[in-house]
Amino acid sequence: MTLRDTAPAPLAAPSRAGSWLYDPTIRGIVYQVALALFLVLFGWWIFDNTVQNLRAANIASGFGFMSDRAGFDIAQKPIEFTPDDTHGRAFLVSLVNTLIVAALGIVGATVLGFFAGVARLSPNWLLSKVAMVYVETFRNVPLLLQLLFWYKAVLSVLPGPKQGVVLPLGSNLSNRGLIVPRPVPGDGFGAVEIAVLVAIAAVFVLARWAKSRQEATGQIFPTFRVGAAVVVGLPLVVFLLAGMPLSFEYPELKGFNFVGGFVFKPELMALLLGLVIYTGAFIAEVVRAGIMAISHGQSEAAFALGLKPGVTMRRIIIPQAMRVIIPPLTSQYLNLTKNSSLAVAVGYPDLVAVFAGSTLNITGRAVEVIFLTMGVYLAISLVTAAFMNWFNTRVALIER
Amino acid sequence: MTDVTAPSSPRRPIFVRDAFVTPQPPPASTIGPVAWIRARLFSGPVNSAITLVTLVFLAWALPPIIRWLFVDAVWTGDNREACLPVDGREVGACWAFIKAKFGQILFGRYPVEERWRVELTGLFFVVGLVMLAVPKIPWKGVTAYVMLVVFPIVGFYLLYGGTGFDPLAPWVVAAVLAVLAALPSFPFKRPVQVALALILPLLIADVVFGLIALPVVETSLWGGLMVTLVVAVTGIVASLPLGILLALGRRSKLPVVKFVSVVFIEFWRGVPLITVLFMASVMLPLFLPTGVNFDKLLRALIGVALFSAAYMAETVRAGLQAIPKGQYEAAAAMGLGYWQSMRLIILPQALKIVIPGIVNSFISLFKDTSLVLIIGLFDLLGIIQFNFTDANWATPNTGKTGFVFAAFVFWIFCFGMSRYSQYMERRLNTGRRR
Repeated sequence: MTLRDTAPAPLAAPSRAGSWLYDPTIRGIVYQVALALFLVLFGWWIFDNTVQNLRAANIASGFGFMSDRAGFDIAQKPIEFTPDDTHGRAFLVSLVNTLIVAALGIVGATVLGFFAGVARLSPNWLLSKVAMVYVETFRNVPLLLQLLFWYKAVLSVLPGPKQGVVLPLGSNLSNRGLIVPRPVPGDGFGAVEIAVLVAIAAVFVLARWAKSRQEATGQIFPTFRVGAAVVVGLPLVVFLLAGMPLSFEYPELKGFNFVGGFVFKPELMALLLGLVIYTGAFIAEVVRAGIMAISHGQSEAAFALGLKPGVTMRRIIIPQAMRVIIPPLTSQYLNLTKNSSLAVAVGYPDLVAVFAGSTLNITGRAVEVIFLTMGVYLAISLVTAAFMNWFNTRVALIER
Repeated sequence: MTDVTAPSSPRRPIFVRDAFVTPQPPPASTIGPVAWIRARLFSGPVNSAITLVTLVFLAWALPPIIRWLFVDAVWTGDNREACLPVDGREVGACWAFIKAKFGQILFGRYPVEERWRVELTGLFFVVGLVMLAVPKIPWKGVTAYVMLVVFPIVGFYLLYGGTGFDPLAPWVVAAVLAVLAALPSFPFKRPVQVALALILPLLIADVVFGLIALPVVETSLWGGLMVTLVVAVTGIVASLPLGILLALGRRSKLPVVKFVSVVFIEFWRGVPLITVLFMASVMLPLFLPTGVNFDKLLRALIGVALFSAAYMAETVRAGLQAIPKGQYEAAAAMGLGYWQSMRLIILPQALKIVIPGIVNSFISLFKDTSLVLIIGLFDLLGIIQFNFTDANWATPNTGKTGFVFAAFVFWIFCFGMSRYSQYMERRLNTGRRR
């Protein structure tokens, strides 16, 4: 650089063309218009190609096929379904099947994951090492492989129903699945169901009252114990008063198979085993990270105030750890729901297996079927994400 | 010991040691294996109970597994006879099956006499990867360039074969123009240099493989670990730049760009990979003009790349959010434009922060490659499953052995990557640790 001994020339007014070219606002608009134009053209190109291809292949379009006769049966139907029903109903049945697996899987994986996560932090060396081996083994092996392993290498080589593993209460584990007694509600069981709902409502009221009382007087009411007693006790009393209107249908071996009882089919069992064990390993890591994120000072401060270890855990550590745990836990739940689509590999009739499988093969409506299937998963994801975002902001720590 | 007479009080002598006392060993109850066991396993009644329950569990679970894996396993044999239980003999894992099918597990149905091409590509890949991964080896930039630009081209020719492009292709013309443009007197140097760096390897490969014609091996013959790695590596290489662009788009101030990025990311993250693969295999042909048809493997690759790009975008976004605002302001104060500040200031820091996250994306992508078997590609898991149908080897234990072996291979790769990411995390943490 050289030293200038003359005064710098006054800035010339920028030329009109230059200002156009370098104005960030105008540039931004140009970029965005170009992007939008490109996307519209690209979308139109794809749409045009699809229409032409469909016309060439003589495939009709539209969702009219949903009211056509399906013509196939579904292996597991939580709601009535026969081959004479429509594709629309098959869609519904498979959707319910997906939701069942997702719900059962989430419960199982949460329990297993929390246990393994806490076990990894246990001062007991043996337990923490066992938990570590579990997490590192199952986290690093593809879920599909695990599903196939449980289904093809473990469950399908179990002995037949006659030589099946006999479990207590007339249950049986064989290559037909896990068969357990089926509860049959008798007359007056409805009263028990109502009692459960009443008890839950009562506990809510109780919790509110206990909270306002504590805020007003400082006295602590044992909400949890009383609540648990109400939820268990009230239905039990009604159940006994109604004359125990519940019987069990025990499975019986007739010929080559069991009659009666409730059957967990091997497909469902394999899918649940795989999803729970795989997702549980991830949840364990989430839980461990959450607890480790809480500094020692928090529990030391609580002890210094004279709180007991149980109260410290419940009121100090867990509420803070949950803030760290909940967002990644949600994405694990979403992953589990999406991963349940691997049901197709073990033949469990979920949305992908039935709708994107059988219906797609029979009707040939690839575009509609795939879009509808993706739409369902997308809707589940977006609804869950929206709910969790709301929940997260509600419990978020308000900082300065 | 000596007597010292303190000046202040002449009558009371003060004793001062002039030799250290030899340190006593710690009490036997705090060191050694016994103390360790007491502290870590039996420190209280609850702890002791946990230890006992865990021990019972291990005693129940471990011996059958070890017996099946090693003691009762069959290591040699030519067909299923070796792995069949004879005279009440317990038979465990049928490792002879893995031995007999090892070539297929690695290469699928790739012609035996052409397998050296896959091996050469693999060697190239491993050497490049080691040079990238080990921090002490220099020339990181050059290696990254070779692995991201040169390796895909060479790898494609080696694996697929063919005679290369027409030597008079537009590539040649473009390349010659590029060489001219790279001359020092040419204006607009930088973009042209970048273009040249991208085109030159294509040109060289064009000439080299135009001279050495390799027989074409259709992708329907590819299989095994090779397909798993091809899908994973292509997905990784394609998803990284796309993911970075999407992450920048999501944080852009331009509403249309932001909206498009958000919709893209949320769409691909909201659907399961298996529906993406179904879409790629069933619907992609419908989207293309009549007569244009993509290879099955290529369709799966497109699906996997778009899917993982969305996940990569979120990882990179996390890194971008972690950069303090002052860095953006400093870049703006230096007079850098948007792309300059991203390239020189923001992205290098952001990517460095999220290296563990990127590796985690790689791990899940690697595991997800196994899903391509559902649309009929024979990856590692697919080829092992395919071999169960071989009547020569059908025994009760063949299936289990195959799954356990596949699990072991996947585990080695994923565990290795996760350990590497932890190592990088510790290494990169040094600048921030106090």
